[in-house]
Amino acid sequence: MAETYLDSTELVLNMGPQHPSTHGVLRVIVKLDGEKVLGTDCVIGYLHRGVEKIAENRTYTQFAPYVDRMDYVASVSNGLGYCLAVEKLLGVEATPRAQVVRVILTELNRIASHLLWLGTHALDIGAITPLFYCMREREYVLNILEKYCGARLTTHAFRIGGLQYETYEGFEQECLAFCDMFLPKADEYEELLTGNRIWVERMRGVGILSAADCKAYGVTGPMIRAAGEKWDLRKAQPYSGYQNYDFDIPTGEFGDNFDRYLVRMEEMRQSVRIVRQAVAALPAGPIMAKVPKVIKPPVGEVYVSIEAPKGELGYYIVSDGSTQPYRVRVRPPSFVNLQALDKMAKGCLVADLVAIIGTTDIVLGEVDR
Amino acid sequence: MSLDSAMPEEQKPEGVQGSGPARSESPQPAADAAPAAAAPKPEAPKPAAPPKPAPKPPAPPPPPPDWEGDLPTALKAEFGDKVSEFIAYQGQPSFVVAQDAAHQVVTSLRDIHGFDYLVDVTAVHWPKRDEAFDVIYVLYSFVRNERIRMKVRIKDGQKPASVVDRYVTANWLEREAYDMFGVEFAGHPDLRRILMPDEWTGYPLRKDYGILEMDNRWVQENLGIESGQ
Repeated sequence: MAETYLDSTELVLNMGPQHPSTHGVLRVIVKLDGEKVLGTDCVIGYLHRGVEKIAENRTYTQFAPYVDRMDYVASVSNGLGYCLAVEKLLGVEATPRAQVVRVILTELNRIASHLLWLGTHALDIGAITPLFYCMREREYVLNILEKYCGARLTTHAFRIGGLQYETYEGFEQECLAFCDMFLPKADEYEELLTGNRIWVERMRGVGILSAADCKAYGVTGPMIRAAGEKWDLRKAQPYSGYQNYDFDIPTGEFGDNFDRYLVRMEEMRQSVRIVRQAVAALPAGPIMAKVPKVIKPPVGEVYVSIEAPKGELGYYIVSDGSTQPYRVRVRPPSFVNLQALDKMAKGCLVADLVAIIGTTDIVLGEVDR
Repeated sequence: MSLDSAMPEEQKPEGVQGSGPARSESPQPAADAAPAAAAPKPEAPKPAAPPKPAPKPPAPPPPPPDWEGDLPTALKAEFGDKVSEFIAYQGQPSFVVAQDAAHQVVTSLRDIHGFDYLVDVTAVHWPKRDEAFDVIYVLYSFVRNERIRMKVRIKDGQKPASVVDRYVTANWLEREAYDMFGVEFAGHPDLRRILMPDEWTGYPLRKDYGILEMDNRWVQENLGIESGQ
């Protein structure tokens, strides 16, 4: 396609880093022919804070709150992954009650993350209303998190070995009330969007990434599921007791923007299912496993990954037997997924590029770390 | 080096503050840790003494179980002494590959053994070791639902072969390893810095790069301030 345009003048356009539709400080250098995108080059790193370097200079316990600052709209997931990795190094497992509470909070946070995505993405496409609706429902989740641990975004909800806090009075009821309230709201969003002609035409057939391409680019999460690959780490390699819950992995067919939207919508409903089962199965008992006060894992290294709302979030931790990690490597889903932008955007229009960045669902705090 | 002497003051208050709020699990260890954090230099070499065996098979405690199965057997048959140290620490299989065979092993893993998803490429710096860097490849197979780790040990300045021609995703991952550690991947199509500014000097995740260290020339030229500290 590009060849036929070679004779006309190419234009190199700079998008961002301060651009409302790039969801943070992402700079994309776009090569254009008229309105057609010939190629893109992402410039990232504006939010780089050296999280991995900080980790080497903090104890295992001290570093835990830092991970919340990566994917700050799904900080509970970040914390879960980190705690699981350190627990693996220590050879301990969180108590049954702690595991169930972790699942509840992580799934609620997944809904919050997807809601923020839906609202902002709809805004990018030109629909303002869903943003307010999504924010309204997300508020319920944030209130639960706030009541539980005092923070709304960077929660630091979990501790190595379990939980710091017991659930508050009325926690279960509030979670269930949210579930009951949320499902009709999800239908409401779909009513607004799924059949909406403008929405469909902006999304259907745009930004296609096949399952094979997803694997080649290491793209995971809702994006690979939208391409038809039924793969979710919660099912493939269950952690935190996910094998005990009954839920489906939604998949798409074409791997385009629209499928990614549908997959995320369905994932929120599945999360509601998980939360309901988890609340019903919430066992009594201690919330903290036996973990030494000073965390000093034996010499060794592990890689532990979880299904974060954006994809596979992995922690590779090397311990030298001291109180500080020798190396912490974060395998961020947003960073890896963003790499496929060029592949998806080639041949589309500038306006579609905005939609594609939207459905990739990146959080720059995690891309840059 | 002068930065190291500046670190204790910078770090102690931070460490103490961190443990201050009653919420912290253990004020005591945090306070203990502050001096430890203040002197990463002596801290780092210490591990480096046992690490000779450490990162591979853990040193004095019981060695991790061997990784047994069809894959180690097949790899050993195919690559002989180029592959070694098949262990399964905490149930996670990993092995070590000689640098000159890494690319072939990756190709074989992808084409014959079905490891079609390169999860991660990263590095670990062991300054006291002759082979100063571990380059880590995490691979996953959708068919087998198995994740393995491959480790290549290289000397500072040695250039491991890039695997971008096998996995496109390695492009950014290798760029990041280069950016942070200065490990150059031979045959990489576009080896530029990715997170740090292009003109930055130094490789931040190397152990000899202090946590407060920065490229002052870059900061002065581009930010118009004396120092970022």
